[in-house]
Amino acid sequence: MAVKTATGAPAPLPAGGTGQPAKKGFWAWLNRRLPVDEFITTQMTGYLAPKNFNIWYFFGSLALAVLVLQLLSGIYLTMFYKVGEGTSFDSVEYIMREVDYGWLIRYLHSTGASAFFIVVYLHMYRALLYGSYRAPRELLWLIGMLTYLALMAEAFMGYVLPWGNMSFWGAQVIVNLFGTIPGIGPGLVEWIRGDYGIADATLDRFFALHVALIPLALLLLVVLHLTALHQVGSNNPDGIEIKEKIGPDGKPLDGIPFHPYYTVKDLFGIGVFGVLFAIVVFFVPTLGGLFLESPNFEPANPLSTPEHIAPVWYFTPYYAILRAVPDQRMGALLMLLAVSAFLFLPWLDRSRVKSIRYKGWMSRAALTLFTVSFIALGYLGLQPAEGLYVVLARIFTIIYFLFFILMPFYTWLEPVKPVPERVTYHAH
Amino acid sequence: MADHAVVADDEVDLSRRKFLTSATIATGAVGAAFAAVPFIESWNPSERARAEGVPVKLDLTKIDVGQMTVVVWRRSPIYVVRRTPDMVARIPGHDAELKDPASKYSDQPPYAQNTVRSRTEEFLVLVGTCTHLGCLPKQRFAQGELYPSWPGGFFCPCHGSRFDLAGRVFNGSPASVNLRVPPYSYPDPRTLLVGVDEKGSA
Repeated sequence: MAVKTATGAPAPLPAGGTGQPAKKGFWAWLNRRLPVDEFITTQMTGYLAPKNFNIWYFFGSLALAVLVLQLLSGIYLTMFYKVGEGTSFDSVEYIMREVDYGWLIRYLHSTGASAFFIVVYLHMYRALLYGSYRAPRELLWLIGMLTYLALMAEAFMGYVLPWGNMSFWGAQVIVNLFGTIPGIGPGLVEWIRGDYGIADATLDRFFALHVALIPLALLLLVVLHLTALHQVGSNNPDGIEIKEKIGPDGKPLDGIPFHPYYTVKDLFGIGVFGVLFAIVVFFVPTLGGLFLESPNFEPANPLSTPEHIAPVWYFTPYYAILRAVPDQRMGALLMLLAVSAFLFLPWLDRSRVKSIRYKGWMSRAALTLFTVSFIALGYLGLQPAEGLYVVLARIFTIIYFLFFILMPFYTWLEPVKPVPERVTYHAH
Repeated sequence: MADHAVVADDEVDLSRRKFLTSATIATGAVGAAFAAVPFIESWNPSERARAEGVPVKLDLTKIDVGQMTVVVWRRSPIYVVRRTPDMVARIPGHDAELKDPASKYSDQPPYAQNTVRSRTEEFLVLVGTCTHLGCLPKQRFAQGELYPSWPGGFFCPCHGSRFDLAGRVFNGSPASVNLRVPPYSYPDPRTLLVGVDEKGSA
């Protein structure tokens, strides 16, 4: 139904939001039907990001690059992988030995999983450093955290698919965590498994979730994350709002167009990352059992627990917390709290400044202790749960939680440094 | 275009519109909830899984005295231990070190809620998955095998839970309840049937 003008002739369709004279030919034809120009000018060349980004600002674009890699390599793996109790393990071996370049596609995917967590953890750490979770970016942070949780589910289910013995027992341990929920626990576990134990039914549904449902959710969350980011604008290492210092042209004085400035920077980051990634894929794809654990090179055996069960490194901090508690329900609850504590950061941090650059010594000490605890717990989660390891895990668990619990106090009490008017930037 | 009377905005019956909107949303929500049922129910154990969960039989004469055998029932390993009188004698005497010595908070049929946690002193029947997170505890039946005062029992390699020769959990273990006892019965003195007892088939 066309809009009629006074003369009765159809009004021209809008030529996109460029403000420039409409181009002719195909581009103009396209833009009258799809707002390509408008998207580029509002979200790329017209999206102004602070000019003082540093190395910590590589990891968002790297996470996106790894997501694309995982989708691509994952789609190719599904072409050769045969889900099922009797076929999963063999089809993975088939990919590794008989499909041309199958080993490469699989190692890209398995290394990509670990790389995903490395860049996501560094991306999150950047937010901890510069207070990127603070108002007005609380929702951006929450969407990011949901993405992280979806990524954890995706990684866990993906680890089950090769149906090695660690796949089986990892699934057993993680699914049984739901059994600790009072009342509904045992029934819920049976519903998740679809059988009286981890079985074919469990493997089949994890496959469906891993290749379809969770990737779709991840894509949706990433779109929401970027939309929210472009709504509030990026934070920066100084933790000051560039929108508060507007130039005569009505644009932030310290903002530069995302494209071409940061697209070029991010492409450089992807290049460096690609080199490191390739070194792992080609020379140390299992990374000494950290990226692919050796018990997973044996088929799943419901009657033989591996001597020592440990999840892949990216879950071990939480796993160490789970094992540090001598009560299963409390352990599972504390593990859940450890993961979800990050959700509350925007409201726990009461500092008058955002960035660690201007926070006081207490915040710096707290963040340092937390960093040490997280890495130490990650190490302890890989070790057997005995003797000194358990004692240390308990100490670091307490420090981990104190970081969050005491945050409202130390961020409020400590003296902070004066925040500059404009971002700290040295031309080079 | 259809020819119909033009209604000005201020003539809209807002309360009627609000009611219709709420009623539509409510009906839609109920419909969505019903539509979700088949998808949720599809995750339950299938008919085949349930059929494969039938009771299993074990010839008890095949187990040597002091030995353990494992049968699979409902995808769970069932530990059947033929305890020696010495092993039975090592069950009482450490109640103070146990989390649930009388099996008050643990999962077992009434006929196994006793000191030896079984129908007879000789045969112990347990679900061989750790009540912590489902690993398989390993047999450590010898006295002093783990530490000098160890009375014999089971040790879970995953998270270090310890159980005695009746499957009762020791203090300091991450597991908080004793190993489960499945329903079982003896149709004749030399046969064990796991999954069925006086109450019928589980």
